[in-house]
Amino acid sequence: MLIFEQSSKGRVAHAQSPATKASLDDLPADMLRETPPLMPEVSEMQAVRHYTRLSQKNFSIDTHFYPLGSCTMKYNPRACNSLSMLPGLVDRHPYAPDSHSQGFLSCMHDLQEILKEVTGMKAVSLSPMAGAQGEFAGVAMIKAYHESRGDMARNEIIVPDAAHGTNPASAVMCGYKIQEIPTRDDGDIDVDALKEVLGPQTAGIMLTNPSTVGVFERRIQEIAALVHEAGGLLYYDGANLNAILGKVRPGDMGFDVIHMNLHKTFSTPHGGGGPGAGPVGVSERLEPFLPIPMIDYDGTNYRFITADDRPQSIGRLSAFAGNAGILLRAYIYARLLGRQGMTRVAEYSTLNANYMLKKMKAAGFEAAYPDRRATHEFIITLRKEAKDLGVNAMDFAKRLLDYGVHAPTTYFPLLVPECFLIEPTETESIDALDNFVEAMIKIREEAETGADRVKGAPYTLPVRRLDDVKAARELDIAWKPAE
Amino acid sequence: MSYIPSDLLFTSSHEWVRDEGDDTVTIGITDHAQELLGDLVFIELPEVGDTIEAGGEAGVVESVKAASDIFSPVSGEVIEINEDLVDSPELVNEQAYDNGWIYKIKLNDPSEIDGLLNPEAYTEVVEADEH
Repeated sequence: MLIFEQSSKGRVAHAQSPATKASLDDLPADMLRETPPLMPEVSEMQAVRHYTRLSQKNFSIDTHFYPLGSCTMKYNPRACNSLSMLPGLVDRHPYAPDSHSQGFLSCMHDLQEILKEVTGMKAVSLSPMAGAQGEFAGVAMIKAYHESRGDMARNEIIVPDAAHGTNPASAVMCGYKIQEIPTRDDGDIDVDALKEVLGPQTAGIMLTNPSTVGVFERRIQEIAALVHEAGGLLYYDGANLNAILGKVRPGDMGFDVIHMNLHKTFSTPHGGGGPGAGPVGVSERLEPFLPIPMIDYDGTNYRFITADDRPQSIGRLSAFAGNAGILLRAYIYARLLGRQGMTRVAEYSTLNANYMLKKMKAAGFEAAYPDRRATHEFIITLRKEAKDLGVNAMDFAKRLLDYGVHAPTTYFPLLVPECFLIEPTETESIDALDNFVEAMIKIREEAETGADRVKGAPYTLPVRRLDDVKAARELDIAWKPAE
Repeated sequence: MSYIPSDLLFTSSHEWVRDEGDDTVTIGITDHAQELLGDLVFIELPEVGDTIEAGGEAGVVESVKAASDIFSPVSGEVIEINEDLVDSPELVNEQAYDNGWIYKIKLNDPSEIDGLLNPEAYTEVVEADEH
């Protein structure tokens, strides 16, 4: 039931009411609305019950295993939350002068330094507020770089067919044309196809490594050399950084610009649970173009780097310092882990993925890239089950919910039919991993005795199978009072 | 195996073309394509008067699973679009080759359709896909 539907005229939740009535005298009369906005009128207890009940319906990392591939849904340590809520940080006003913000600025500066070290880049800006905004910033810097050199003919960005949809979208937002290149059957990029599309029109290439098919791009150095030789730059999509933390650095692979998803790799809440943060790191030649603000340290004082310091910057992407609360959580996470802990993230996330992959294969499920070792995630294809048993990847996904597991990523990447992209992360126990494989085996057994049981799932959640087609065709998200 | 009519021409990117005999053609996406995409929820049509190159983007079909470009099989000027699809994208799922047609083109070069796939060649494409 919507909170509006519980509304009854005159009920008030006093704890949420403003203590003093705001004066509207200084607003122009023609700017004031004539009727008050529709607000639910409920008591304090009704409001508490409503939102508590809603929270109980959550299917989240705090309640369930959540192996959502390419999303890195790992545990969000409570320490990061409580330390980032210290009064000195929470109560800092964004307009406070640098001299009154030295503690906060030192955290942000140190986070920049940590991210530089982890990625092997020359400089980092923390300001993009999501992965997609980081991508946009990255491509905008590539464009600014070419234009600053008068190299105006470069109008193409190369993207592999397995890429996240945000890659071509970000490039198009920056005014580029997309050149798509195929992925080979072994999961690597088709280097011959790359050679064919490289040329004086190439502005750059956007890659995810490990790639979205869950394998490490083995010819990355050769690819980097080819792209650089053609005058293009290499963009690193940081979606899968978790697999290589402390092991390999994108900067050392030859990448010129990278965005990181702190809400994935650095374990800040995400997926409806909090805003993202998509810092960007660059090699030396792109440094002048980084988005402002950044944090400078002269050995004594910390201060914001502004447009006066960086006239070639692509500009601001956020008000103030970006999603500062999220950046703080990521900083604390990195400090809690330390150098060795960060390396263990990569080791355990890949170990967990490979353990699960091996168990799934042993149970008779088909790996999409059977000859390759998994990175921190892997793909199985359920095309055999779809054909022989009449239950597809979506049916398995829905039935998994009844077994207390959030579904993995389904139907992505698009080039693998009936696919599950599974990412267990380093924070799950061996029991949770075993439990997932056992649930998959049980679902297949159910399907063998008749598809209906699986096709009707889920049965145990607040809602049954949703009509996502109707929801998309007849979008209805605004409440209106009954006539 | 999806349905492949014997009187149409095809592309390897799963569009179909009906030669109307007067230098115009009708274009849609194949039964196999709609099967792969699943239930369509939105179709972005070209506009009448648009000039489209062969291989260029003519529109977008979007399902609950994916969004996919429609690549024009031939070059020419768009002379008619199927407005019914705006409110009823499911027509493509239900009748890919009839009421689910997407747009009509006046051909720049009528000989261009000779380069398209015949039903036998397209059957091979689909079979390779399903392998």
